[in-house]
Amino acid sequence: MIHSLFLVNSSGDIFLEKHWKSVVSRSVCDYFFEAQERASEPENVPPVIPTPHHYLISVLRHRIYFVAVIQSEVPPLFVIEFLHRVVDTFQDYFGVCTEAAIKDNVVVVYELLEEMLDNGFPLATESNILKELIKPPTILRTVVNTITGSTNVGEQLPTGQLSVVPWRRTGVKYTNNEAYFDVVEEIDAIIDKSGSTITAEIQGVIDACVKLTGMPDLTLSFMNPRLLDDVSFHPCVRFKRWEAERILSFIPPDGNFRLLSYHVSSQNLVAIPVYVKHNITFREGSSQGRFELTLGPKQTMGKAVESVLVNSQLPRGVLNVNLNPSQGTYTFDPVTKLLSWDLGKINPQKLPSLKGSMSLQAGACKPDENPTINIQFKIQQMAISGLKVNRLDMYGEKYKPFKGIKYMTKAGKFQVRT
Amino acid sequence: MSSSSAFNDDKGGSSSIGEPEYGHDPASGGIFSSDYKRHDDLKEMLDSNKDSLKLEAMKRIVAMIARGKNASDLFPAVVKNVACKNIEVKKLVYVYLVRYAEEQQDLALLSISTFQRGLKDPNQLIRASALRVLSSIRVTIIVPIMMLAIREAASDMSPYVRKTAAHAIPKLYSLDPDQKDQLIEVIEKLLADKTTLVAGSVVMAFEEVCPERIDLIHKNYRKLCNLLIDVEEWGQVVIINMLTRYARTQFLNPNANESLLEEGTEKAFYGSDEDEGKEEKVEAAALVAKRKPYVMDPDHRLLLRNTKPLLQSRNAAVVMAVAQLYFHLAPKAEVGVIAKALVRLMRSHSEVQYVVLQNVATMSIKRRGMFEPYLKSFYIRSTDPTQIKVLKLEVLTNLANETNISTILREFQTYIKSMDKDFVAATIQAIGRCATSIGEVRDTCLNGLVQLLSNRDELVVAESVVVIKKLLQMQPERHSDIIKHMAKLTDNIQVPMARASILWLIGEYCEHIPKIAPDVLRKMAKSFTNEEDIVKLQVLNLAAKLYLTNSKQTKLLTQYVLNLAKYDQNYDIRDRARFIRQLIVPTDKSGALSKYAKKLFLALKPAPVLESPFKDRDHFQLGSLSHLLNAKAGGYQELPDWPEVAPDPSVRNVEVPEWTKCSSREKRKEKKVEKPFYSDSEGESGPTESADSDSDTGSGTGSGSEESGSESGSEESEGESESDKEEEEEKHKRKSKSRAKKSTQESEGRKLFLSSASQQAVSPASGPVKSYELLHRITGEGLSVSYCFSRQPFSHDPHMVSVQMQFTNNGDTEARNLRIQEPKLQSGMRIAEFPEIDVLPPGETVTMVMGIDFSDSTQAANFQLCTHTRKFFLTIQPPVGELMMPVFMTENEFKKEQGQLTGMNEITEKLTLGETCQGDAAIVQRVTSTASLSRVPCGSEMKFAGKTVTSGSLVLVTIVTREQLVAQLTVNCEKMLIGTMLVKDILQALSQ
Repeated sequence: MIHSLFLVNSSGDIFLEKHWKSVVSRSVCDYFFEAQERASEPENVPPVIPTPHHYLISVLRHRIYFVAVIQSEVPPLFVIEFLHRVVDTFQDYFGVCTEAAIKDNVVVVYELLEEMLDNGFPLATESNILKELIKPPTILRTVVNTITGSTNVGEQLPTGQLSVVPWRRTGVKYTNNEAYFDVVEEIDAIIDKSGSTITAEIQGVIDACVKLTGMPDLTLSFMNPRLLDDVSFHPCVRFKRWEAERILSFIPPDGNFRLLSYHVSSQNLVAIPVYVKHNITFREGSSQGRFELTLGPKQTMGKAVESVLVNSQLPRGVLNVNLNPSQGTYTFDPVTKLLSWDLGKINPQKLPSLKGSMSLQAGACKPDENPTINIQFKIQQMAISGLKVNRLDMYGEKYKPFKGIKYMTKAGKFQVRT
Repeated sequence: MSSSSAFNDDKGGSSSIGEPEYGHDPASGGIFSSDYKRHDDLKEMLDSNKDSLKLEAMKRIVAMIARGKNASDLFPAVVKNVACKNIEVKKLVYVYLVRYAEEQQDLALLSISTFQRGLKDPNQLIRASALRVLSSIRVTIIVPIMMLAIREAASDMSPYVRKTAAHAIPKLYSLDPDQKDQLIEVIEKLLADKTTLVAGSVVMAFEEVCPERIDLIHKNYRKLCNLLIDVEEWGQVVIINMLTRYARTQFLNPNANESLLEEGTEKAFYGSDEDEGKEEKVEAAALVAKRKPYVMDPDHRLLLRNTKPLLQSRNAAVVMAVAQLYFHLAPKAEVGVIAKALVRLMRSHSEVQYVVLQNVATMSIKRRGMFEPYLKSFYIRSTDPTQIKVLKLEVLTNLANETNISTILREFQTYIKSMDKDFVAATIQAIGRCATSIGEVRDTCLNGLVQLLSNRDELVVAESVVVIKKLLQMQPERHSDIIKHMAKLTDNIQVPMARASILWLIGEYCEHIPKIAPDVLRKMAKSFTNEEDIVKLQVLNLAAKLYLTNSKQTKLLTQYVLNLAKYDQNYDIRDRARFIRQLIVPTDKSGALSKYAKKLFLALKPAPVLESPFKDRDHFQLGSLSHLLNAKAGGYQELPDWPEVAPDPSVRNVEVPEWTKCSSREKRKEKKVEKPFYSDSEGESGPTESADSDSDTGSGTGSGSEESGSESGSEESEGESESDKEEEEEKHKRKSKSRAKKSTQESEGRKLFLSSASQQAVSPASGPVKSYELLHRITGEGLSVSYCFSRQPFSHDPHMVSVQMQFTNNGDTEARNLRIQEPKLQSGMRIAEFPEIDVLPPGETVTMVMGIDFSDSTQAANFQLCTHTRKFFLTIQPPVGELMMPVFMTENEFKKEQGQLTGMNEITEKLTLGETCQGDAAIVQRVTSTASLSRVPCGSEMKFAGKTVTSGSLVLVTIVTREQLVAQLTVNCEKMLIGTMLVKDILQALSQ
């Protein structure tokens, strides 16, 4: 299936290559570079590029292109999903997935890739299994290894491989047994010029960090499970139980994992927590434009809207802006025409605003497009859909774990058209 | 340090002879020398006996490989460490070996013995990794070794090693395709593996090596369906894709009826003659009615049911695989479930989004209703990458219909203001498509597009012109003002495609704008030399059309343009000019064609159909690379069309192990089919017969489960599409009979048969049952009788052998009162007559069961068969093998019993096996067809057990094959006579 993998950095250098079958010359990447040149933006490179003898399937993450070379028919999503899994694994191992981190840990990377694919077909992709085969590098372990001469590589077949719960390793021990769940919801919305909602939906995830001894069997129930429109599970969740009782029952993997992602699409359930008043105009004939923007909270259930960041791609004709923020700071990049305003927290008593003028190219006519405004924000301690965890129980082990649940709402792709 | 300096000196010494570039002076060496030095460094480290040094060296080498640097010259030094104790060093050596072994085949062979040793290691991880590396070394010489290793690993105890074996199969296949047949054997074996770990990998191997051998899947189909949810996610994708193909070959199209109707309506739409279309529709409907109602094969349902939960998978590839399975296999009403999951995937990474949207675009053409509720999820954000925007636009256009078009058009209006010009162009085309497909909004769209003609951006205007041109072709007479407006645009628009479009429009509809058209030609003639080729061609076209309609004003202009074109650099244009001149300018020589010039140029042209580029892409399997590229990728397996008639579904039934030949449905069927008894008779008589035998024997003390089994057989032969429910009932029935026969409780083939050994089950041995003639139709004056030993226990009296008799009336008068009279029997023999047959009409066949107690002798039973007119004297002489019935026992019991039957009771004979009688299966088959015995489950030897029907004395048969053709037969039996005769019969059977 996957013949070879090339990692390409943003300046177009191949800094790592790995082959699972016969060696494919790295010149095959020339086709990729051609496509890259043709694309105006980095994300516009087509994920699948046919070449005379191979097919290149690539993903872009952390400004690194992961280019897989394929020789024959294979579901493209299979490869794409696998490449993303590779990136996730690197992130899990090294904290970040950057060119520097990969170069520093090139041996571990190679060992990982060797385990993850055999002859181009995925072999072990569960992080719990991989971590038993190849231990993540830490400073402490490096020191210990140099002194004792022990290695980073496991000598036994990971227990998970053969068990019915391949995602969990056996013999887990902790002194503090804890299980944390983060319910994070993102609002995707498009708001039109007049402030009415065109489309809005919620994408939620429950991320877990479980550090429990032994083989705990957890159940998690919601107050209002009917809210969830469409869900996808980590393989550990027992599907039958969810179907029948709407209860999440699972033996968790050890460490961090995404338990569940869900989707709330019915629009009346989606509260829009902020509103935007805007007035962006260009006058015909003059080289000036007016820019006014005010943000205010709406339907936040009394919670503060924090870390607000406003981005807007201004028309090409705009030379510069001269704006006055009531709070926070703004930047404008005259090359990319990107205006960005970091305003922090919204104070309901004194609404933040950004007002001023834009200077246009002299003599040019008024741009006929209006910029869209992208907003990012965070609201702590609230899930905007109203989803609430009812209780979390543990079976199968005797100790009493420490449990915690945190809620957060974020803006996903939140756009206001002007 | 000291060693490296020593090396420097050494190097210096040698360099003075042959390699001046590696001089003493480090500065003169440059890159080469430093490289050289480092490698030597590494060699030294690898040769040391400290693991830490070796490890360090290997790490540096691997880093070189990763960067794509050549490290092949280190091969000998590295390969020495293949047996290193340190596992990390070993692993890195493996990495190195796999990378370079192909280049250095001879040296790579040095490492083979280490792997062969590794294959025997008690640690399964080591066994597995040894096999992995061994199979990854692409050296042709070791193909036999690899084959052997794979074979062994395929029967390893550890499923992990077996998984590795499955992975190794495609590797070996790509190295040496000649091994295909042997590899298929291994695949077949691994396909039968019941662990989830192996399933995905072996199906992968199957797909790469022998995707055409769909027959290998039959027996494993249900198992794969049931295991699917527990297989790891990557395996799920492969299995689902394979099963989609499988299902397309084995089941019937669930939408067959609908698609037939659809075809009818489509024809009605496009057919020129309304009535004809209607007729066809009626015909189609009639055809549908004629067709028998569609019943989904339970296996088809099983697949759909078991894949559905996987729509909830976190893995996008799995979700997509299920989605395409539903799209290709599910009944129309059920396909809808996948929409929600696909919409969810759109939130994922942009690459995933890209692939999913491509597939949604294809699906939305065929099944628009499915995605309509999610219309808003396809709205475009300014931050989407262009390729995503364009795909979303495609989906939105496909989803447009009368009800939602206004919302969609409003949305499109915002898109037109976007800064991304490629996207704007795509939007304009989308508007054009909406306008052609939905008549109500055509004028609105056209007006909107005309407004765009005054847009400042030239690209936008150009695209609008192209689209307007296509729209105007539909009703040109109503829109002459738009054409005029566009004629004015020729002064400003520079985009060649747009200019060409305008010129074509003016030429085509010059009669609507008689004043403007010549003027445009005048302008174009002026700028002709500076135009692009595509525009020049259209200028020529315009000139020709004007010449034909308005030659008074444009004759000279046309001549001028044609002259310009005559000397153009492009041969296309020169050709065209020559062609047009000949055609339109009348000369003496001008042929017949010029008379028709006007017809040629100004023919009514059909309006273009604006079609989605995704139309008809669904002939590729969705989710595949080929579908994405809209071109067949290498190794793509065509998705077969539904069969007209479903192939035999019984092939998917799972076989029961040899010694519990009881409830498996297809076994029974086979047996019936094989009986010459039935095949002689008319087809219909089969089922009625078995039903009869049921009623005769089922109520007695015989084995009830047995009977219900045969009942199911008869039902099956009537119609295979019986639902699960019936089977459930059957299952229930059997349970209620509370026999201690676990295996019979298993529903046929639904579950895997795990027959437990400790059973007392007495079940008849299968194998072809021989039928004998009792009364020939000539002597019987039309009535013929044949009989066979059915080996079913006779229900009224367990000490009797049941004889199945088949009466056929070949004459032309009825035979009445068929019965048995005055049996003349030896002492101790008894006969249980069958109930009298009242009437046997001509051409009919009736089957009866009679019981005879032969009292353990082969003496014949004589009796008279009477009809209403005649009497026949008949004789039944049983072969010795029919005087017994099978007994189930374990190996230990067998040995114990055998130990008590020695001396006089034991008869041993040597024999030579016949040519056709080789292999265990053949021997077993011969023995069981000779005598009614059952096989004792044991290892290498073949043991059979039975007891005589009347006295119940044990009959034990042992066959030991010595060499190729020599075997030894031992029969232990209390009744010596029976023993001797049995030996004779078996000897004869085996030596044939």
